[in-house]
Amino acid sequence: MELLSVDHMTKIFGGLVAVDDLSFTVERASIVGLIGPNGAGKTTVFNCITGNYRPEQGSVVFDGQNILGKHPHEIVELGIARTFQSIRLFSDLPSLENVLAGRHCRMHSGMLSCLFHTRGQKKEENAAVARCMEELAFVGLAHHWQDAAGSLSYGNQRLLEIARALATDPKLLILDEPAGGMNDHETRALVETILAIRKRGITILLIEHDMRLVMKICEKLVVLEHGSRIAEGDPVKVRQDPAVVEAYLGSASEEW
Amino acid sequence: MASFENQNVQFAAHPKSHFLGRIFGNRRNIFYILLITCFFVLPFAGSPYWIDLGVSIGFYTLLALSLNVILGQAGIFNMGHMAFYAVGAYTTAILNTVCGWPIFWTMPLAGCAAAFFAAIVARPIIHLRGDYLLIVTIGIVEIVRIALLNDIFGLTGGSNGIFGISRPVFFGLRIVKPVHFYYLVWGMVGVSFALFYMMRRSRFGRALNYIKTDDVAAEACGINVAHYKLLAFVLGAFWAGMTGSIYAAKMTTIAPESFSFMESCIIFAVVILGGGSQLGVLVSAFVFIGLPEIFRQFNDCRMLLFGLAMMLMMIWRPQGLLPALPRLYSLPRKILEKSAEKSL
Repeated sequence: MELLSVDHMTKIFGGLVAVDDLSFTVERASIVGLIGPNGAGKTTVFNCITGNYRPEQGSVVFDGQNILGKHPHEIVELGIARTFQSIRLFSDLPSLENVLAGRHCRMHSGMLSCLFHTRGQKKEENAAVARCMEELAFVGLAHHWQDAAGSLSYGNQRLLEIARALATDPKLLILDEPAGGMNDHETRALVETILAIRKRGITILLIEHDMRLVMKICEKLVVLEHGSRIAEGDPVKVRQDPAVVEAYLGSASEEW
Repeated sequence: MASFENQNVQFAAHPKSHFLGRIFGNRRNIFYILLITCFFVLPFAGSPYWIDLGVSIGFYTLLALSLNVILGQAGIFNMGHMAFYAVGAYTTAILNTVCGWPIFWTMPLAGCAAAFFAAIVARPIIHLRGDYLLIVTIGIVEIVRIALLNDIFGLTGGSNGIFGISRPVFFGLRIVKPVHFYYLVWGMVGVSFALFYMMRRSRFGRALNYIKTDDVAAEACGINVAHYKLLAFVLGAFWAGMTGSIYAAKMTTIAPESFSFMESCIIFAVVILGGGSQLGVLVSAFVFIGLPEIFRQFNDCRMLLFGLAMMLMMIWRPQGLLPALPRLYSLPRKILEKSAEKSL
């Protein structure tokens, strides 16, 4: 059963067709990889799903509901959380507060109860802090809770972004190049983290250039080129698809 | 996880000492107690002139604290704060002179009128960024001033303004003398200080800070950016409106010229110079309003010195006098131990 289905999505920037009539589905509790050469439109697809861009055509159905045209914060509330390719943490704020940002949409105290610190507000606040500490511990950053996000190492900043996304109680987690800039050691730890996230019942859709990581964890691949899908399915089969080999791998085939 | 094996887990313990010990054991609290005492005692030492100056600084502090919510916390460049102040002051003036309502009854209404006005004018411009918003807010304050000047609805008295506003009565005490107003205004500063301090340490205050740092990331985390920016405007305007209400009662006469763009600039500069923290706002209100009075004898080169001081500030302390301190979270030991176990 599918959690997310993208149907005939088209996104045009001026004269450039960034995403061209793209369709694919993401099954519940699976790990799906979106791959393709640079400039294929992968991040644009993510931005269309999360509401940052509005596609010209098509539909995005998440959990039985069309989410096209909704604001990004509404989509987060429905259960899609994301990380960014270029890290976008609140770098001056402590790690704990970065994760609390993700928790915000599951909290309900209004302006007045925040001004007067009512009993309900305090209770909610304590529960949120406890939950966010758990998420920090989940990605292994609990001991950094007071450190400014900008002072963390690059790999840890990526993990902190994941913790922030997890704090929103997502059903679908969208990771944009999670291993970008990580060393081998950190990448191996990341694989474990991603598998642990899936074990929690969260579906994962990711863009990644590290082919070893993709082949190891993805159950399904969608290959993009010039904004359209050239292959979809089992990683082993996709890898042997002549269209993929010709269009995408070309000279870089030794990497596989 | 393999890569995080050698974690050195250190956490601040939750203070569980005696109540009084908790108040006096904290250096920050002692500082605030001294500060409050200082403000309480100050009028006994000064002539009415200095007390009046104190009231004036109090008004600017209140306005700057309310603008601090918009500019300092949420990072919205609002240079039209005087518009909300004017709406509050005129609401009180009209309700008092035409309908004969007591000042304190009109205060919440003045706040609401300013907040309502802010909600209406800010809604269409809230998505604008930085300098664009700044220009529109300059427009707003000018429009309000000119509308008042042109005797809008036949209620504002044109360029003469409104006079004969009565004095507020506080539980039988008629507030007339500067020293009465001193305690009224600084009492309100104290209340605002406490409330905005609580606000900063909550979901609402954090949301404003996230928006200030990176509004795209804030939206992607599930924060309704437009909604919170608007709330910041409404809250700041409500406070400015209430301040305007007291101002009208203090002056008994208000005219459009008191709400000029130049005044907005001063409030803006007070907040920027303060550096975003409330204490910084307080200090910079003293610097901005108090120092020029103290150095009145150098009247000729006062603005020159002032400009020089601003330039030196920009070079050596571009972040402002006192940037906001990080929020404190005292986590119960139970949570800390639990999360330490998990991450190991």
